[in-house]
Amino acid sequence: MTDPAVPPVLRLDDMSVSYRIRGRAVPVLSQVNLSIAKGEVYGLVGESGSGKSTVALAVQRVLPANGRMSGGRALINGRDVGALDRAALLQMRAREVAMVFQDPGRALNPSITIGRQVAEAFEILGASGHEARRRAEEMLTRVRISSPARVMERYPHQLSGGMQQRVVIAMALAKDPSLLILDEPTTGLDATIEAEILDLVDTLRREFGASILFISHNLGAIAGLCDRVGVLYAGRLVEEGPVRDLFADPRHPYTAGLLRCLPRPGLRKDLAPLDTIPGFPPAPGSIPVGCVFAPRCALADETCRTIDPPLVTTGAGRVSRCHHHDRVGDLPHAVPRAAAGTLAPAGASTGTPVLELTALSKTYGSAPYAVQALRDVSLRLMPGQTLGLVGESGSGKSTLAHALLGLIAPDAGGGMALDGAALAPEVRRRTAEQIKTLQIVFQNPDSALNRSHSVRRLIGRAITRLGGLKGAQREAQVTRLLESVRLTARQLSARPRQLSGGMKQRVAVARAFAGNPRLVVCDEPTSALDVSVQAAILNLLAELQAERQVAYLLISHDLGVVRYLSDWIAVLYLGRLLEVGPAARVLDGPHHPYTEALLSAAPSVSGERTGRIRLTGAIPSGVSPPAGCLFHTRCPRRIGPICDTEEPPFTADAHGHAIRCHLPRAELGRSLAPATA
Amino acid sequence: MSGALGPFLLKRLALSLLTLWLLSVVVFFGCQVLPGDPARAILGPLADPRAVAALNEKLGSDRPPVEIYLSWMGGLITGDMGQSYAYRSPVAPFIGSALVNSLKLAATVFAIVVPLGIGAGVLAALRAGRPIDRLISVAGLSLTVIPEFVSSIALILVFAVLLRWLPLSASWPAGSGPLVQLQHLILPALPLVIVLFGYIARMTRAGMVEALSADYTRTAILKGLPWRTVLSRHVLRNALLPTITVIAAQMGYALGGLVVVESLFRYQGIGSLVLGAARAKDFAMLQAGILTVGAFFVVTTLLADIVTTLLDPRLRTGGRR
Amino acid sequence: MSEALPLTEPAPGLAREARTRGVVGRLLRTPSFLIGITILLFWAVCAVFAPSFVPYDPYADDLLNTLQPPSAEHWFGTDQIGRDVFSRVLVGARAILTIAPLATLVGTVAGTAIGLITGYFGGWVDAIIGRLLEVMLSLPLIIVALLVLVALGPSTPTVVVVVGLVFAPLVARTVRAAVLTERHLDYVAAAAVRGESAPYIMSVEILPNITPPIIVEGTVRLGYAIFTIASLSFLGFGVQPPTPDWGLAIAENYGVLIGGFWWTVVFDTAATASLIVGVNLAAESLQRALAE
Ligand code: SF4
Ligand code: SF4
Repeated sequence: MTDPAVPPVLRLDDMSVSYRIRGRAVPVLSQVNLSIAKGEVYGLVGESGSGKSTVALAVQRVLPANGRMSGGRALINGRDVGALDRAALLQMRAREVAMVFQDPGRALNPSITIGRQVAEAFEILGASGHEARRRAEEMLTRVRISSPARVMERYPHQLSGGMQQRVVIAMALAKDPSLLILDEPTTGLDATIEAEILDLVDTLRREFGASILFISHNLGAIAGLCDRVGVLYAGRLVEEGPVRDLFADPRHPYTAGLLRCLPRPGLRKDLAPLDTIPGFPPAPGSIPVGCVFAPRCALADETCRTIDPPLVTTGAGRVSRCHHHDRVGDLPHAVPRAAAGTLAPAGASTGTPVLELTALSKTYGSAPYAVQALRDVSLRLMPGQTLGLVGESGSGKSTLAHALLGLIAPDAGGGMALDGAALAPEVRRRTAEQIKTLQIVFQNPDSALNRSHSVRRLIGRAITRLGGLKGAQREAQVTRLLESVRLTARQLSARPRQLSGGMKQRVAVARAFAGNPRLVVCDEPTSALDVSVQAAILNLLAELQAERQVAYLLISHDLGVVRYLSDWIAVLYLGRLLEVGPAARVLDGPHHPYTEALLSAAPSVSGERTGRIRLTGAIPSGVSPPAGCLFHTRCPRRIGPICDTEEPPFTADAHGHAIRCHLPRAELGRSLAPATA
Repeated sequence: MSGALGPFLLKRLALSLLTLWLLSVVVFFGCQVLPGDPARAILGPLADPRAVAALNEKLGSDRPPVEIYLSWMGGLITGDMGQSYAYRSPVAPFIGSALVNSLKLAATVFAIVVPLGIGAGVLAALRAGRPIDRLISVAGLSLTVIPEFVSSIALILVFAVLLRWLPLSASWPAGSGPLVQLQHLILPALPLVIVLFGYIARMTRAGMVEALSADYTRTAILKGLPWRTVLSRHVLRNALLPTITVIAAQMGYALGGLVVVESLFRYQGIGSLVLGAARAKDFAMLQAGILTVGAFFVVTTLLADIVTTLLDPRLRTGGRR
Repeated sequence: MSEALPLTEPAPGLAREARTRGVVGRLLRTPSFLIGITILLFWAVCAVFAPSFVPYDPYADDLLNTLQPPSAEHWFGTDQIGRDVFSRVLVGARAILTIAPLATLVGTVAGTAIGLITGYFGGWVDAIIGRLLEVMLSLPLIIVALLVLVALGPSTPTVVVVVGLVFAPLVARTVRAAVLTERHLDYVAAAAVRGESAPYIMSVEILPNITPPIIVEGTVRLGYAIFTIASLSFLGFGVQPPTPDWGLAIAENYGVLIGGFWWTVVFDTAATASLIVGVNLAAESLQRALAE
């Protein structure tokens, strides 16, 4: 596809990298081959530990002190990076390769103004001080920063995350690089901001014509942006090909598994479980015999376990490291749920709600610096159902969870009721029954499990506190709970550090269920996990719900997760409910303009983005929230002055679907492709 | 946004005043309440009770503690630090001249140790893990824990007794010029330099290592900047700023060595004044001396805080996000 | 960097016991630790047994043989009242090695308690106690100790308690910082949601996770306790005569140093320095081993 006379912008020849850990060389990348042509956008996808970020570091010779390129070569524009001398290396970094990392806040020097940092990138190229500043300003304009002169006077901490990332991108593009490496550039940013940055990268690639190496765990982002994609597993490139073909028809069981375990439109907890990839990636440093993926592969046979599969061509521009690449389509699917609809259908909201919040507010701080984290939130949740709570940073979703759990006291005036009985703001003043009834699964099991306690102790203590069991009874109950989260007694004496991420989260789930709760708050239960693990946890939550009629308050920024598990969905923005309703109605529309933007921001693997509604500008600060409609500063559908001055009413239809907007329902957006089957 | 600076400084100032006040209470408590009966403490257990009562009356310590405290504070505000029992004259002039002497010694110490310590710390961080780093770290650490009187003895033996390069006494003949004064100050300064060196070097090294491994440093490297520019523009500034505050915050604590060194070299500073007062159970003098040391520390920390705030844009522009 | 981090964690399946053994193993392979611990053990043995094997009674004066230089009879010479310096140096380990560890213990226990409470409760508890601690830290340790010892009179128990309490704010500061990190972890919230009491959360949930920094702080403090107590003795507010003690001996004899009677102070100086450096080498190696 390229002129052989022009060397590819980046080529890796059997590149291997290892880290020295406690005197042992641990291989991180093994013989990776890839090449990126001029103007091409190449996506490198992999889960944590796959070695994908190491690729970026090795290519630029900035591996950490214990890292070493142990084999092969990396060539940039035909020149071996490893063979460059000091001056040539500086030249290469100054002119040819640019890099954008995750976490822009840390990539910028906190004590130098934005203007100087960007200008510096031009000074290296020989521009005089004045000239450099002028070009810096121009570059900031090109990354769509609206008032560059003002931004240049600022320090990094005064900018929002999205703005910071634009600045970093501007610095990267300053040298008009032939290769731009983006390493998880949007991880940690909110969905609407992420969509903006991805759009920006898409536009800039055309304007600048740079080749891009885009490293991400986010399949959707890769699908929307890249021409070709490589899949990395345990330090090996297992499949490569044009992005559309590869995602539509994967030829490696791992790729297929990754794609299938994403919760996608049309899948719901009561219809079918998600597909999963069993097992975990090999421990770093272990030396596998045969195919690295064999322990987790449903197609694995004797050949796989003894012979390491070579990369074989499977189609035009496509390769796969699998003996049975032609049989990937045969991979078994998860069985649809036999008793579909065991759960009460959404909308059947009669009887006593397990949870009822009335006019709950929370203000942090006082007078001039007060932040209203929650404003008059009223919600109800029926037994056995899931309420999905969606919102970006600053929306107050965590505040809501913490208030509910008694970790912070809400403002006076609001009410919380559990099973019809008032819930005191402090845990201390709640009844033992209420404490049992209401439990939580946290986002990050590393933080939620005490690292000096064994699994037995972690779960056992919860059983003693919440279930009132002691001695042998307690022991029996620990085993039962472990089984119900699909762990075995083998893990009983393990400490959290000895377990994989997914196993840890299962322990956390088991602990939450120790007292047979009726309501479990799931605070981003899967966002610290890899997608293959996420699916298994979501299945587990769905099964436990079906078995035990437990209700979930599911907090998540990931609409896929919310869509899969929720019966009701509530959308929070700056502490205010903008939309509440049965899941299907909220997803299908009519939508609140903000919900519409959120739905549109979520990239899908098919590569077609569902819509092109983009928000501009940062999420306003809670200290000085906009007047009138809270959303008017970013609303693409703003009607006029009424939105700036008058808070819209929260009107509900017959199904309990309420929207807070001045626009009449008929004019609000709907999903083009209905979100539910 | 810079409006946040004013309130911040005011708050910081208020906190310092609060600390000073608490300090006065603690010192007062230690000197007036803890001994129970100051006159008894001064005269000893065998003294005639009438003499004790008379002395207590003379010292004013027969009054209720709150009253004593208030009159002491009232005096302090007008510059009256009370009467020394041992010297039978006002305390204030002694404190004044002792403070000047101690500041001279401290200035000598810092003039030597700050460049030395920071330089060694920077060097160690740049060569992290190499022999020179180990050398600086281990030497610094071992020197820091050697008590001043121990290193003083070693230094006196070598420089004053064996080599006779430096005068043994820290007190210079009256009317000496600055150079002679300096010559007398070097030997007493060295033990303190030794103690502080390891500390400063370690702090600097830690700050440097952090800045060197920071993402923004990697960004600067990947811009293609020459290493010198990366260091001077991106690393040093971010590394040394916090280090300065930390160093300042520990200074008062580390300067406890003044007591030992001044007494060992018979130098008329605040340290030997406090020690003398303690030995003579001259509570008025002790109280004033200790309060001066504490106040000096509070002011230094305040100044260091203000300087860092002015230099650090994150603090200057308010609101760490 | 996301890949680099998990690798520094031990691979799953590595047992905790293996880790503990790892720390000990690493320590035993560290030269500086071995040197440090050997010095420390040497002085510990002296502290316990020296009185029974030293050649002279360390208290016995001999006014006919004052200020004798080192000789076959008196290896380290004699002091101003003719006591045998060698015997006094060896026996001198006893006082300091009794007081310093006890003071360290007092300081570490008190400091840990204060640090746990201020760090866990935060808010006004932290503000008030924190301010008081800052006041204590605004005075050089030795001056605070001096102040209290003058007021109460020096005696061994007083020195132990005073030095311990002077160290408590430093330990508390370290512990508080560690607690603050832990406090924001969700396992603390999870315990609160289960309705656990504050003492339970502090002692059972948080404490085990902050033991490594407490151990390190304790060993570092031991070095400083020796430093401080030796200095106090030197100033006349620590160990009281005629008990053999290094700091005291130096204070009594450095006046004659200029007269060339170096042996009266040199050996005590070397002993003090070696003990402190020994403790410090061990502490530093331990810190490194735990941090790895
Ligand atoms: S080679 Fe075998 S084990 Fe490996 S991915 Fe292919 S089918 Fe699975
Ligand atoms: S009220 Fe106006 S600004 Fe607010 S969401 Fe509706 S259209 Fe947008």
